[in-house]
Amino acid sequence: MSLLHTPPNRPAGKSIQLMSTCLCDAFYADVAQATVEVLEFLGCDIELPDGQTCCGQPAFNSGDWANSRKVVRHTAKVFAGDKPIVVPSGSCAAMIFHGAPLEFEKEADLPVIRALADRTWELLDFIVHGLGVTEWPGKFDAKITVHRSCHLRGTKSPEAMATLLDSIEGLQVEPIDETEQCCGFGGTFAVTFPNISNSMGTLKIEKLIACKPDIVAAADMGCMMHFGGMMEKQGLPQKRMHVAQILRDSLKNAGKI
Amino acid sequence: MKTKQQIDRTARDLDPEVHDSNFMGAKLKSERRYNTLFRDYDDPNKLREIAGNVKQHTLEHLDTYLEQAEESFKRNGAQVHYAIDDAAVNAQVLRIMNETGSQTMVKSKSMLTEEVHMLDYLEKNGKTVVETDLGEFILQIDGDHPSHIVTPIVHKNRRGIAKSFEREGLGDYNDDPETITRRARKHLRQKYIDAEVGLTGGNFVSAESGRIVLVTNEGNARFCMAANKIHIAVIGIEKLVPTDRDLGLFINLIGRSGTGQQVTVYNQFISGPKKDSQPHGPEQMHVIFVDNRRTEVLASDCREILRCIRCGACLNVCPIYRQSGGHAYRSVYPGPVGAVLSPLLAGNRFPELADLPKASSLCGACNEVCPVNIPIPDLLLRLRDKAKREGAKEAMKGTPNLGMWATLCSQPTMWKTALSMGHTMNYIPTEMIPHPSAKSWQGARKLPKFEGGEFRKWFKKRAK
Repeated sequence: MSLLHTPPNRPAGKSIQLMSTCLCDAFYADVAQATVEVLEFLGCDIELPDGQTCCGQPAFNSGDWANSRKVVRHTAKVFAGDKPIVVPSGSCAAMIFHGAPLEFEKEADLPVIRALADRTWELLDFIVHGLGVTEWPGKFDAKITVHRSCHLRGTKSPEAMATLLDSIEGLQVEPIDETEQCCGFGGTFAVTFPNISNSMGTLKIEKLIACKPDIVAAADMGCMMHFGGMMEKQGLPQKRMHVAQILRDSLKNAGKI
Repeated sequence: MKTKQQIDRTARDLDPEVHDSNFMGAKLKSERRYNTLFRDYDDPNKLREIAGNVKQHTLEHLDTYLEQAEESFKRNGAQVHYAIDDAAVNAQVLRIMNETGSQTMVKSKSMLTEEVHMLDYLEKNGKTVVETDLGEFILQIDGDHPSHIVTPIVHKNRRGIAKSFEREGLGDYNDDPETITRRARKHLRQKYIDAEVGLTGGNFVSAESGRIVLVTNEGNARFCMAANKIHIAVIGIEKLVPTDRDLGLFINLIGRSGTGQQVTVYNQFISGPKKDSQPHGPEQMHVIFVDNRRTEVLASDCREILRCIRCGACLNVCPIYRQSGGHAYRSVYPGPVGAVLSPLLAGNRFPELADLPKASSLCGACNEVCPVNIPIPDLLLRLRDKAKREGAKEAMKGTPNLGMWATLCSQPTMWKTALSMGHTMNYIPTEMIPHPSAKSWQGARKLPKFEGGEFRKWFKKRAK
């Protein structure tokens, strides 16, 4: 899935649907909240479809495509219409624009799923390449490292993330070694291959905290739940933030919201 | 930590020294690859895409190109044979040896001969076979098998090798790499001279000219052909490319991708037996095209895997391979490419290897480095789906049952109820959650605090 070609010509208006993701729905309320505040600052009119649940990825990655398709069909129904769908997670976004069409290849309703895929954006990609924002008018005094989650590989999101973070006054983004290496989450992989997942997480944490950053950031709460959970188990007091939270807080610091 | 998956168990129980050899070997090659490729080309990704397209085109017209290659080889004076499976290719090689009165074979590295267990077969039939690639030679004297498709003994260290050499009477214990290499060289020189048959694989074959390209770093493939009269090339049918012109692209990619070399040290172009005007070289050249289920793979929805040029870049970059090593995959082809190819080549033994495609976090690094741009994660996913549909037990071990979850996710009312009920989770010790996945998760991680429905409440309250 590395060369995740994002669909061309996606709609990019300011009237959007927000897919808040099941992880934010269950565990990370403030990340979804930050996403809303950031998008509203940019003038977006946000619809939060009430029936939304999960993107279907856990079953998709587990090979249980019948159950995954059930969830994707539900998602397609809930997110009807033609507005851009914005997701504060590279992984859930890639599930919709890449994974879902893959598991529907032989299904009669592929066109419905294709249409869903063709209007789905990862948050940072949407802000920069959808809305044309090239500078972030925020202020944030901190040294951070960023985990480039694997589902951003091959997409324009890493470039978008760099554009936004680099333009925040006071923010210092420190590069890390082996940025291409996975943190070891991989959805159900983390519980079916716990030993390998743990070894991968240990390596990733080592790289992320090598420069003693104030904050470790990422644009995927899945990865962060995994390596963040490891940090907590090890008693590592490392502050972690979703990039949306940094964008939102930087606006607050600059008195913009 | 407890685990139900074999590859995870192997990684957990691996000798730390072997783990470090595998890990560092892979990491260094990944770094060299990146440095060489990105120093030499502005946009290596463009090359990877073109090379992928060339191979895919060849596969989609394989019938035509195979016939063209056969004609080209015959025109060059080579004899062409086809083998449907392992038994057929082994029997064909034995027949050639018997018909030419040959007793001894020297061979260069070939994963295909590993795949069909050719050494065992020939030795059982009274022939002597000597591996001449240094790594493969060491595996042969140890009765071991490769753990990597390019650097087959990456799991070994020089002390172990020195002991093996001592045991085989190749000199007193000495673990200096140069001494080991010199001893192997001296030992193998005589073998080249004594053998009647030289066997090689073929990295690329031009259908247009009937030219085999062999890339090595030791020059052993050409020694295999230097002193004997019979050359046998055993070639998987997926090794074809249409024209000589295409070879430049692949030779530029294979060394850089595999070992980070701009070009492999020895690159040979063999287009037939020796001509009358040439003083030396094999008098007979036999090309054996081998199927061994490749046409089944071609007919499947994972056919892109046949583009593979066996450079090993996906193994080197793979975080799972780096932790588990190649032997964990229990098959000739390990790592990401092996996780796709091995179960497919296993035919009706697919269920036994159906766990291989699960041994991936689907991070996509393999696709990113692949010189022929194989969408390996997509193929792994298709095989996971196949394994689930066919009820392959090895694949499903440790994977939570997601039926209930799917029902929950398709019923918004149930979903929202579950979200609000989930708060109770914050009041019980999470270690007591009786679900195996929750237990596995908590072996190394804490569960996040439950905040189910909080965001929805906030969003509703603030909406004017």
